[in-house]
Amino acid sequence: MATTAVTRKALILDDVVHLLRARVLYGKDMTVKVVEVGAADLMSDVLALSKPGMLILTGLVSVQVIRTAIVSDLCGVIFVRGKKPGREILDLAREANIPVLGTDLTMFEAAGVLYGAIFSG
Amino acid sequence: MVPEEFDHGYEVHGRDFANAGRVSTAIKDILKGLGIQAAIVRRVAIASYEAEMNLVMYAARGRMQLRVSSEAITLHVADEGPGIENINLAMQEGYSTATQEMREMGFGAGMGLPNIKRNSDDFVITSEVGRGTTLLIRVLLAT
Repeated sequence: MATTAVTRKALILDDVVHLLRARVLYGKDMTVKVVEVGAADLMSDVLALSKPGMLILTGLVSVQVIRTAIVSDLCGVIFVRGKKPGREILDLAREANIPVLGTDLTMFEAAGVLYGAIFSG
Repeated sequence: MVPEEFDHGYEVHGRDFANAGRVSTAIKDILKGLGIQAAIVRRVAIASYEAEMNLVMYAARGRMQLRVSSEAITLHVADEGPGIENINLAMQEGYSTATQEMREMGFGAGMGLPNIKRNSDDFVITSEVGRGTTLLIRVLLAT
C-alpha cells in the first residue's frame, strides 16, 4: 500500500509578506518562524484553539486582536481585505512586539495561498 | 524553579472595553518575570483574559487577585454583576447571553467559561443572581 508523507514547508514571516503581497504595519524581525496558521474573526476561537507561534488571519479590527495575540503567544496577526488598524492597535502591537501585517486579499484567498505554500510548496 | 511568593490585586471596571485585557497582559508579564514555564504562563494568561473579558462585558466592576506560591498560580476573580442564573448552562460550549456589541469585538461565542476550565487544574465558579460571580482558577506548577 502506498503511503503519502505529508510534507510541510516551514515559513517565516517574510515569506508570508511576499506570498500575500502584504504590508508590514509593525514588525522588527521578519525571520520569525510561523509555527501554524489560523483564520478567525472570533477571538474566543483563537483563545480556545490556537497554538503558540501561530499566525492569525482576521477580518476583525480591534485592540482585542492584539491582546489575544499577546496572551496566546501568537507569532503575528494579518488583517485581511485591506482593513486598516488604527493607531491604538499598532501602538499596542509595538509595545508588545507583535508583528502586524495587512493584505488586500480576502480571508479565503489569503488562507488558500498560505495553505498551498505550506502543504504543496 | 520555585518562584518567589507573589500576591497582588487588580481592580477591573465594567464596560471599559478600551482597557479590557490590560490586567491579563500585566499578569502574563509578571509570571514570565518569575521564570515560570511558558506553557503554564500561557494557560493562566488565556484563562485570565477570558475572565477579564467576561467581567468587563457583564459586570459593573470587579477584582482579580493573583497569588503565586511554589505549588500553584491562583487567580481569584470576583465581580459585582448580574450573576449567572444557570451555571450548568453557562458552562456549555456555545451557550451565550452576549449582545451584538460583545460579538463585534470577537467575543460572546459561549466559549469563555469552558475555555477557562480547560486551562485550569482546579476551577470553581459560584454565582448569585443580582449580586455577582466569583471564579477560582488554579494552575499547578510542576514540582
